[in-house]
Amino acid sequence: MAAQGGDFLLTPLNDDYIFIPDELDSTVRELADVTVQFMTKEVMPLLKDIEDKKPGVMSNLLKKTGELGLLMVEVPEKYSGMGMGKVTATAISENVTHDGSFAVAFMCHTGIATLPILYYGTEDQKQKYLPKLASGEFLGAYALTEPGSGSDALAAKTKAVLSPDGKHYILNGEKTFITNGGFADLYTVFAKVDGEKFTAFLVERTMPGVSTGPEEHKMGIHGSSTVPLILQDCKVPVENVLGEVGRGHKIAFNILNVGRWKLGAACVGSCKRLFEITTKYITERMQFGKPLSSFELIRNMVANSAIKTFMIESIVYRYAGMLDQISASLDHNADDFYSKMLKVIEEFAIEASIAKVYGSEALSLVSDDAVQMLGGYGFIEDYSVARFYRDNRVNRIFEGTNEINRMLISGTLLKRMVAGKIDFMTSLQTVLDQLKTGFPTTDSKKPWAAFQDQVERYKRLAIYFGGVAVNKYGPAIQEHEGVLAVLADCITAAYVADSSMRRLLKLRTNAGDPKCKIPADIVCTYLAERLPQLQAMVEQSLISIADGNKEEYLPYLKAMRRLCPQMSWDCQAAKGRIAEAIITKHSYAW
Amino acid sequence: MKIGILLKQVPDTETKIQLTADKTSVDTSAVKWIVNPYDENAIEAAIQLKEKKGGEVIVFSMGPARCVDAMRTALAMGADRAVRVDTADGEWDSYTTAVALAEALKAEGVELVFAGKQAIDDDASQMVQLVAERMGAASLGIIETFELSEDGKSATVTRPVSGGTKEIIQVTLPAVFGCDKGLNTPRYASLPGIMKAKAKPVVEKKGAELLGGETIKIKKMGYSLPPERQPGRKLTGSPQELVDGLVKFLKEDVKII
Repeated sequence: MAAQGGDFLLTPLNDDYIFIPDELDSTVRELADVTVQFMTKEVMPLLKDIEDKKPGVMSNLLKKTGELGLLMVEVPEKYSGMGMGKVTATAISENVTHDGSFAVAFMCHTGIATLPILYYGTEDQKQKYLPKLASGEFLGAYALTEPGSGSDALAAKTKAVLSPDGKHYILNGEKTFITNGGFADLYTVFAKVDGEKFTAFLVERTMPGVSTGPEEHKMGIHGSSTVPLILQDCKVPVENVLGEVGRGHKIAFNILNVGRWKLGAACVGSCKRLFEITTKYITERMQFGKPLSSFELIRNMVANSAIKTFMIESIVYRYAGMLDQISASLDHNADDFYSKMLKVIEEFAIEASIAKVYGSEALSLVSDDAVQMLGGYGFIEDYSVARFYRDNRVNRIFEGTNEINRMLISGTLLKRMVAGKIDFMTSLQTVLDQLKTGFPTTDSKKPWAAFQDQVERYKRLAIYFGGVAVNKYGPAIQEHEGVLAVLADCITAAYVADSSMRRLLKLRTNAGDPKCKIPADIVCTYLAERLPQLQAMVEQSLISIADGNKEEYLPYLKAMRRLCPQMSWDCQAAKGRIAEAIITKHSYAW
Repeated sequence: MKIGILLKQVPDTETKIQLTADKTSVDTSAVKWIVNPYDENAIEAAIQLKEKKGGEVIVFSMGPARCVDAMRTALAMGADRAVRVDTADGEWDSYTTAVALAEALKAEGVELVFAGKQAIDDDASQMVQLVAERMGAASLGIIETFELSEDGKSATVTRPVSGGTKEIIQVTLPAVFGCDKGLNTPRYASLPGIMKAKAKPVVEKKGAELLGGETIKIKKMGYSLPPERQPGRKLTGSPQELVDGLVKFLKEDVKII
């Protein structure tokens, strides 16, 4: 049976199917190689023109990626695409990351601009637009945000009114921060019919009443187009309503789920690009007669970055593999294929948000360390780490801020619990019972047995903490954002722990112990280091849940000591080994 | 018309070359393999010709099974099928390689062959001429332009000669052409092209069976790597001492003055 969203939290480590990036097949690797060639030979030489937003440069490059076939990967063959799955799309997304501006433009087109039509379009809409989007003849954009409504997207003011002859909707309003907006041919625009019914429309640039404003001056991704979209008595044919009138919120939020996974994939790639730059620099740069790569504090940055990269990679490919597996079990020609896939995407909303939050924050830290490793040169524009540092910042803001996504991670879990969709209460009861009787342990003959136990501790911590919070607050928990954010971090860590250990175990089965040495150091170090950090956060939160009342919080803290025992693992030595492997290979590889 | 491409899979230019323990060959275990860069121009020339005049493009390569990866690149760019001449048995130098390749080309009835002007691994630069000789065809190394005649029986090419002068040559087919960077800009294999290439036929021929009794003319006795670069020496002291030290070093240690 296929996995269910949120499963990872309530089920112990198991051998159910999980896709790991280490098993990408040669075809996908070949497609990824072509992507890299294109990026290094065609995109990067134009970097200055891209950053200066020289007119035509970005749109021409996107059209060239269309000729190469990079825009058609996820579009089905019947609409002139290649009909490849999410794993392939992840491998390609990872490799368009040499320049953040280009990556954002590419992701926007292939993700939030193309997929709404694929998932929600009528057959006519698909026939009309998908081949053009797949070839790059049309470039796409997604227009949700307004000056007054960002995270609160449903408060949009853009209005649509049916024309007297019933043939058109007349749209009026302004959308803002529209990626690719300056050159897009097709916009998915959200507006409220009669000021009430939130609805999506496919708006072509050439329709009457469509115009765009000036480019924004941004902190990073200087080369990507970000403009306001102005709709002034814009006449949109009724057949260009996407999905149903009044159901636009479904599209808006579900498409963002897909966007979030893609953003995670881009973060993996950006981290890998940074390794290519930093490992070269630190092996060449000599100080005190030694290369920087021989200093422990520099090596720790390499190791910490590698750990983060490994973790995002594990969760992003796991997500893609789950979707592909389920997609493969469905009849692609059936009328309800896309509505079924949409349910799957909704089902894995937690996992998508985790990919976004964990991915963007991991990249923030990896790029920060990259600047640090290059020292003064990291602060100089001649080296590209400064650009990566600037460009990645927006990842924590768009596709739903990380704050909104944290609320979604814990909120979705709690909603499913209340709705009885997941059996959280049984898991909670098990944890509470085991607190008295002791926790089960992994057979010591199994590989990394102590660390397999540690994975379960992450899950128990999230379950216990979630249980205490729900018990205390009931439905009012929604107002306690601080608690929900800590819970989201616990859930995230549990997912990362579960995914990385399962990846390690599968890697061992596939390739044997010798190939697992560095991955094992990475996984064990993550597992040993992260739990005490979470423990500290959770304990603070528990004291707050108890309103500082000692009688109430002391039992919580007692339980915490049992839930999170000290792990004995020499993280420093492991980091030394991780760094050595990566510095020797001059890239994120071992 | 059948258009042939000679393709060689070579180590990536950034590969750090290491020798096997017995120093009789290059250790290929950690090598990343690529299509010989000049051969990309040969592929492009063949595909452009096919696009203009029609015909079938067949890519030929000599080597072990891993060469198929390189041939797939040519297939992904637009070649129709591939013939791999296996090197498992037999002894190989430029001569026997050319004999086997020429036999394979003749067996397919290929009259027009594009090859890279040289392979970047051994830089022997002999294949264009040797294969042409064995096929009884003309050979034209380092072409900058290529134009097939209307009747498809001859071609006009330009070659650089000394001082920037161009030689304009008309040649009657069959002929083998050595391609250089300036001839064209090789296209990228498109993603759909890569997927289609999976289904294109690659046949294998035993190289040893194509030799007809011919044997190698040269034998490689061994390999040696360039000596490791010695670290520099830093002189210290007053200007007078520095000069004295440098002169002494140049006279006595390296003996160049």
